[in-house]
Amino acid sequence: MNIFLSPDNRRWATVMAVVLILSLSWTFLSRVPASATTNGELPASPREGFPAPDLTLDQLGGGQVTLSQLRGKVVMINLWASWCAPCRIEMPAIEKVYRAYKDQGFVVLGVNSTFQDSEPDAIAFVQEMNLTFPILLDRSGSVSHRYQLRALPSTYFVDRKGVIRVAVFGSMNEALIESKVAELIKEIR
Amino acid sequence: MLPFIQLGPFTLQAPGLALLIGVWIGLSLSEKEAIKLKLDPNQIYNLIFYGLVAGVVGARLGYALQYPRAYLDSPWSLVALTPNTLAPEIGLLFAIIAALIYGKRQKMLLRPTLDAFAPGLAAFMVSFGVAHFMSGDAFGAPTKLPWAIYLWDDFRHPSQVYETLAALIILLVVWRRPLGQRGGGVNFLWVIALSAAMRIFLEAFRGDSVIWVGGFRAAQVSGVVVLAVSLWLMRRWSHSASTVEEKLIIQTKGDS
Repeated sequence: MNIFLSPDNRRWATVMAVVLILSLSWTFLSRVPASATTNGELPASPREGFPAPDLTLDQLGGGQVTLSQLRGKVVMINLWASWCAPCRIEMPAIEKVYRAYKDQGFVVLGVNSTFQDSEPDAIAFVQEMNLTFPILLDRSGSVSHRYQLRALPSTYFVDRKGVIRVAVFGSMNEALIESKVAELIKEIR
Repeated sequence: MLPFIQLGPFTLQAPGLALLIGVWIGLSLSEKEAIKLKLDPNQIYNLIFYGLVAGVVGARLGYALQYPRAYLDSPWSLVALTPNTLAPEIGLLFAIIAALIYGKRQKMLLRPTLDAFAPGLAAFMVSFGVAHFMSGDAFGAPTKLPWAIYLWDDFRHPSQVYETLAALIILLVVWRRPLGQRGGGVNFLWVIALSAAMRIFLEAFRGDSVIWVGGFRAAQVSGVVVLAVSLWLMRRWSHSASTVEEKLIIQTKGDS
C-alpha cells in the first residue's frame, strides 16, 4: 500500500503540501529578469527567433546588397545552386510570391552558392527561370558558412526587425511561401 | 545538433523523425499496457491513430483557414508534407475531439484508457527531448560548468540532455509502476505530475524561457498549476480506484 491508496488523509496532505511548497520555492528562486533569456538581446544566429547574421554580397548585374540595410522590410533569404533539383522546383513559386508582394515591402535575396556552383550556370538558371529578384553571389562561401548551410535549398524568412522568424530546409511550395510572407507583411513596423 | 539529414534530393527533418519514432514506440508500449490492463489493444491503437490523423488534418486546415488566399492560389499545398504549415493548437483540438468521439462510440472507460497511455506518453516525452537536442531548440542558459555545450554562440547548459535523461527516468518509473494502480488512471496522472515537476526544476536552466511579470518563468508557473491539479486528482482517483477495477473485472468477465 502506498501513500496514494493510504486512508491517512493527513499524510497525503503533508506530501502534497511539501511538493507544492518546494515547487513554488524553486519557481521563486529561479526568477530572472526578462533580459536573461531570449526576451533580451541575442547573438546573430541562423535560427528561428535570433537576429539574422548580416551579409554583404555582390549582386548579379552589378552593385552590392547588405541585409542590415533592408531593415524595415520583410526579407526572404534563399540559398540555392543551379544544379540543385529542389531549388529548381521552388523557384517559380518564389518568383510568383515576390511579384505579388514586392510593392508591400517584400524582398527576396537569392543567394547563389557560387563557391560550389559556377557563375555562367547561375546566370543561365536565372535567365531560364525569368527571376526578377536580386541574385547575390556567394563566391567565397562566407555567407553559406555563417548560415551553417547543410542543405540546398535553405530559406530564412526575416521580419522587419531583422529577426529570423521561419527557417525552411528543402523545397517549399507556393502556399508555404505566401502564408509566411503574408504573416510577416501584416506585422506593424 | 542535427536539424536535418540530406539524402540526395530529399531533406529529412531529423527532429520530426525522432518524434515519429517516439510515436511508434509510444504506441507499442501503450498496446502492451492495454493488454496488461485487459483492454482491447486494437481499440487503443485505433484511438491514437484516429487522434493523430484528425490532429494532422485539423492542424493543416486550421493553418489554411488563416491564409485562405495562399491555399486558394495553390490548393494542392493542402496535402504538402511541410511541417511549417500546421496550426498545432487547432490540431490538438481536432485530435481530442476525434479521440473522444471514438472512445464514446466504443464505450471505452476513461481512466483505464488513460492508464494504458501512461508508458506511451512517457516514451514520447523522451523523443521530445531528443528532438530538441537535434534541432537545438529548448536551449540552455549560458554557464561555465564543465559539461556545458557550445550552442548558439555561447557555452550553455545541455538542457536538452537534462530533459531527455529526466524523461527516461520518468519512463522507467512509470514502466515499473511503483504506485501499484491498475486501471484507476493514477499511473497516467503520475506521468503528468512527474513531467510537471521535471519541467519546474529544469526550466531554471533554460535560456529561452518566456518571462512573465516579476521575472517568473511562464513554464514553471504553469507547471505548478498542472502539478497541483494532478496531485489533487491522484488523491481523488485513488479513492475510487477499486470501483474502476471492479468495473474492469466485470467487463472482462462479460466479454469472456
